[in-house]
Amino acid sequence: MNGLIGAVLFLILAPIAGGLIAGIDRKITARMQGRVGPPLLQPFYDVGKLFEKENVVVTTAQNFYVLAYLVFIALSGALFFAGGDLLLIIFAFTLAHVFLVLGAYAVHSPYSHIGAERELIQVMAYEPMIILAAVGLYMVGGSFYVADIAAATVPAILYLPGVFLGFAVILTIKLRKSPFDISTSHHAHQEIVKGITTEFSGSTLGQVEIAHWYENIFLLGFVYLFFSWNPVIGVAAVAVTYVAEIFVDNVTARVRWQAALKSGWLAAAVLGLVNLAILSYMTIGGA
Amino acid sequence: MQTLLFLILFPILAACLLLFVKRTTLRYAVVTLSALFIGGASIYLLIRYAFGDAVYFAAPSEGASMAMVAIEMVLALFIIYMGAKFRNYLAIVLAVVQAALVVYLEISFPGSLHAVNNLFVDQLSIIMALIIGIIGSLIAVYAVRYMETYHHHHPEVRNRQGMFFFVIFAFLAAMFGLVFSNNLMWVFFFWEVTTISSFMLIGYSETEEATKNAFRALVMNLLGGVAFVVALIFLAATEPTSGGIDLARVLASGDAAVILIPAVLIGFAGITKAALMPFSSWLLGAMVAPTPVSALLHSSTMVKAGVYILVRFAPVFAGTFAGFSVGLVGGVTFVVASAIAISQSDAKSVLAYSTIANLGLIAACAGVGTYMLVWAAILLIIFHAVAKSLLFLGTGAIEHRIGSRNIEDMEGLIVRMPKMAVMMFIGIAGMFLAPFGMLISKWAAIEAFVQVPFGLIFIAILAYGSAVTVFFWAKWMGKLVAVTRNVERVEKGFLEEPWAPLYIITGLVIAAVFLFPVISSTLIEPYVLAIYGATARLAQANVGIMLLMMALLLVLPVSFFLFRRTAKHLPVYMGGRPATPDLHFAGSLGLTREVQTRNYYLTEYFGEAKLFRPGAVVCTVLILASWILAGVAL
Amino acid sequence: MSTMAFLKRSPWILHYDASSCNGCDIEVLACLTPLYDVERFGIINTGNPKHADILLITGGINSQNRPVVRNLYEQMPEPKVVVAIGACAATGGIFRECYNIAGGVDKVIPVDVYVPGCAARPEQIIDGVVKALGILEEKREKMTGKAEIKEGARHAAEAGEGT
Repeated sequence: MNGLIGAVLFLILAPIAGGLIAGIDRKITARMQGRVGPPLLQPFYDVGKLFEKENVVVTTAQNFYVLAYLVFIALSGALFFAGGDLLLIIFAFTLAHVFLVLGAYAVHSPYSHIGAERELIQVMAYEPMIILAAVGLYMVGGSFYVADIAAATVPAILYLPGVFLGFAVILTIKLRKSPFDISTSHHAHQEIVKGITTEFSGSTLGQVEIAHWYENIFLLGFVYLFFSWNPVIGVAAVAVTYVAEIFVDNVTARVRWQAALKSGWLAAAVLGLVNLAILSYMTIGGA
Repeated sequence: MQTLLFLILFPILAACLLLFVKRTTLRYAVVTLSALFIGGASIYLLIRYAFGDAVYFAAPSEGASMAMVAIEMVLALFIIYMGAKFRNYLAIVLAVVQAALVVYLEISFPGSLHAVNNLFVDQLSIIMALIIGIIGSLIAVYAVRYMETYHHHHPEVRNRQGMFFFVIFAFLAAMFGLVFSNNLMWVFFFWEVTTISSFMLIGYSETEEATKNAFRALVMNLLGGVAFVVALIFLAATEPTSGGIDLARVLASGDAAVILIPAVLIGFAGITKAALMPFSSWLLGAMVAPTPVSALLHSSTMVKAGVYILVRFAPVFAGTFAGFSVGLVGGVTFVVASAIAISQSDAKSVLAYSTIANLGLIAACAGVGTYMLVWAAILLIIFHAVAKSLLFLGTGAIEHRIGSRNIEDMEGLIVRMPKMAVMMFIGIAGMFLAPFGMLISKWAAIEAFVQVPFGLIFIAILAYGSAVTVFFWAKWMGKLVAVTRNVERVEKGFLEEPWAPLYIITGLVIAAVFLFPVISSTLIEPYVLAIYGATARLAQANVGIMLLMMALLLVLPVSFFLFRRTAKHLPVYMGGRPATPDLHFAGSLGLTREVQTRNYYLTEYFGEAKLFRPGAVVCTVLILASWILAGVAL
Repeated sequence: MSTMAFLKRSPWILHYDASSCNGCDIEVLACLTPLYDVERFGIINTGNPKHADILLITGGINSQNRPVVRNLYEQMPEPKVVVAIGACAATGGIFRECYNIAGGVDKVIPVDVYVPGCAARPEQIIDGVVKALGILEEKREKMTGKAEIKEGARHAAEAGEGT
C-alpha cells in the first residue's frame, strides 16, 4: 500500500519538483556565470509555452515514440518510489531511452540520427555502472528492493564510496550535463543543432522536457539511497551532489563520444568493480 | 513411450518420403502435414508428461544400440569419403580417431555399456521437444517455399531439395532422440547425427566457400565428438561409482569427483556444438547456408543441443572450480561476441554473434550451476529459440524482397514492408528489451550471480555485455523504423514465402511474455525443484509489473490514431537548405546531392579483427583450465 | 489555456545571418552575455527553427540565402514572429545597390519588427524582441481563436449531422 502511495506521489509531485530543480539549476548556472538568470519558474513557462505551440511533425510516428518514452520514464520512476526491484527499474529505464532513440530514428533526419547514435553510446556508457550500483546496494542492504534498501540502518556510502563516485560520473551523462552532453544539450551548443530532439517541437518537445524532470527526480532518488540511513544527511548529500554536477557542467567543455564511453566504462571498472571486489572480499572474510 | 518413439521415428519417415518428392506443392503438403503431426505430438507430450516426475522407459535396447553403432561406422566412412574427396585430412583423422575410440569402447567394456532405461522424459526434455517440435517444424514449413525462391535467385546451385528436406527432418529426429535418451551412448549417436546433418546443410550450395565452412563445422564438432567418446570411455571404466552410461545414474552419482571429468569433457563437446569461443567460427561460417538452415541451427537445433547437455550437467558443475571455469568460457564468449556484434552490418552476422553471445550466457549459467542460474538458463533457451528463429526467417524474407541483408539497406523497412518490419521489431525487442523474455533471464542471472562466491566476475560480464547488447540491437531497430519518403512498397504481392510461420512465431514471442509465469511454474520450476530441491521464481509483484509493461506496449500504439488528424507535416531540418522529402538538396555548383544516414559500427574499437583472437585465446585457456581443475579434483 | 500566455515568458530565438557584415551578429550575441543577460526574460538562443518562436535576421537578402530564409521561416511552428535586425535586414542597407542584393528581409518573408541601426545596439535589439513579444501574443490569440472557431464549426457540423 505504501508502495502505491509512493508511486502516485511521484507521478504527481515529480514534475513539480523536477521543474523547480531545473529552475534552481538555471539560476545557479547563471550566477556561476555572473548573470542574473531566468525566473525560478522559467522551466514551467517553457513547457507551458511548448504546449501552446502548433503541433508540427515530420512523421506522426515520432509522437508515439516520445509518448512511450515519457510513459516508461514515469513508470520506472514510479516503480522506484513504490520501492520496487532496482534491476527491473533499470531495465524499464533503458526501455524508455530506447523509445526516445527510436523516435529520433523515425524522423529520418541527419541531425536527429547523429543524436540518436550518440544517445545510444551514452546508454552503453552508463549501463554497466548503473547495474553495478544496484548490485553494490544489494551487497550492503541484502535486497534489490528499493523499499528494503531505503529502510537500511547501515550507511551504504561507507561501504560504497567508489560505487558512489562512479555513479556520480554517469550521473553527469544522465543529467545531460557537460562534459558528457553529447547527444543533445540544454545549452547553446549547436554543432549537431539539438541532436536527438532536433525534430521534436511543440507539445512533443514539452513531453521530452517533462520526462527529463521525472528522470532527474528518479536519479536523485537513486543518489539518496546511498545515504538513506539518515534522511537529513541524505537530502543534504543529494543537494551537494546536484550542485557539484552543476559546477562540473559549468567548468568543463564537451568531450567526444570516445571519451564519454571510456569515462563511463572506466568509472564502472575502476571505481565500481574494485569497490565491489573489496566489499565481497570483506563479507566473505567476515562470514 | 509411444509419443517419444513417434517423435523420433516419424520425422525419419517423413524425411525418407521427402527424399522422393519432386514437386513443390506436394512437398509443401507433406512438410506441412508432418509439421502438424510433430508439433501436435510435442504438445501432446506436454499435456501427458508435464505434470509429473521424470518418467523412464526401458525401450528396446540391444538391437537399437547395435544399429546405432553400425550407423556411426557408416557415417565415419561417409566423412572419410567426403574428406578424401575434398582433401580435408583433418576431418578424416578425427573421424578415424572417433571411430577407433567407439570400437575400443565397444570391445573393452561390453559389460558396462547398457542403461537400465534408454529413454526418459522430464520437464527439460519437454521444453526442448516443444522448441524442436514447434519452432523446428515451422522453420521446415517456411523452408519449402524459401528454397523454391532460393533456387530461382541462385540458378547456379544444384537443386538437391530432396536431400535438403531429408536432412532437415533427420535433424529434427536426431534432436528429439538427443533430448529423450537416457543412455549416453544413444545421446552420442544422435549428437553425431546432428553434426553430420549440419555438415550437409551448410555445404548445400556446393560453392568453394560453403564446402570450406561445412568442413570447418564438421572438424570442430568432431573434436567435441572425440571428447564425448573419451568421456564415455571414462564413464564405462569407472562404472561402479560413476554410473556408467546411464545419464540418470551419472547425475545421481555420489562420487562428485569421478563424474566431474566426464562432465567437463562432455561440457567441452557442448562448447564446440554451442559454438562458444574459440569454436565460434563454425557458426559464423554456417551463414553461407540458405537462411532456413541458419534459423534451424541457431534457434531450435544444433547449438541448442550443446547448451542442453551443459544444462543437463549443470548439477555436476555446481560449486566446482572446473564448472566455474566452463561458466567463464561462456561469460567471456557472451561479452566478446556481443561487443563484436556492434561492428557487424550484415544482418545474419549480427544475428550469429548475438546467438553466440546468448549461448555463452546460457553456458555461464549452466557452468556455475546453482538452481537459480539453471532456472535462468532454461528460460534463456526458450526465449532465444523463439525470438531468434523469427529474426532469421524475417531476414531471409527481407533479403529475397530487397535483395540485401545489410542492415543499412533495411532503412525505412517500416514504410517498404510494414508487416515484416513490425515482426522484426517484435523479434528484436524480444532479444533485449524489458519486459520480453531474454531480459527476464538476464535479470534473474544477475540476482543469482550475486549470491555465488566470485560471482562478481559474472556480474561485471553481464553489466558490460548488456550495455553493448542494447547498442547493437537498438541501432538496428532504429534503421527499421525510420520513416523514409518516396520509396517503393515492396511487401504487396509477396507470395514467395509463406507468412503463416512468421505470424505464428511472432505470436509466440508475445505469448511467451504473457505465458512465462505459467511456463516457469509448470515446466521450469518442477525440473529445478526435482534436481536441486529448491527453485527460483520471480516475485508475484514483479510478474505483475512485467505484464503491466507488456500491456502498455500493446496499448500505446493506439495513440497513433490520436496524432494522425491534428498535426502539420514539415520536412526535416537540413541546416536551412530546402530539401526534398527523400533528403535531396541543391548543393554547391548547382548539383543535387543526397543526404544519407549510416549507423555507427565503431570497428576501431569493437571490430572482429580486434576482439576475436583475444577472446578465443582466453576461452582456450579457460577450457584447458577446466580440464586441469577437474583432474586436480580427482 | 488561452489565459495562461506562457509564450510571452519563454520566447526562444533562432538567429540567422543572411548576408550581414557580422556587426549586428556580434550585437545579437552580446545580448546573451552577462551584461545584458536576456535569459532573464526566458530568452534562449536555440539554433533550431523547429524549437524557435522568434526569428532574428541580420543582413539583406541575396539569391543564395533567399531559399534558406524562406525555409527557416517555414520550419518554425506557429505562432512565430520575425525581427529584422539592422539597416541591411530592413532595406538592404549600404549594400542595397549591389548587383546581388534583393533588399530587406521582407522581400521574402513577412517581417513583424524592424530594429534600426548599423550596427543595432543590444538595447535596441532587446527592445525589438520585447515589441515582438506583443505581436507574438496577438498571433497566439488569433491562432487559438481560429482553432476555437474551427472546433465550434466542427461541433456544429457534427450536431447538424446528428439531427
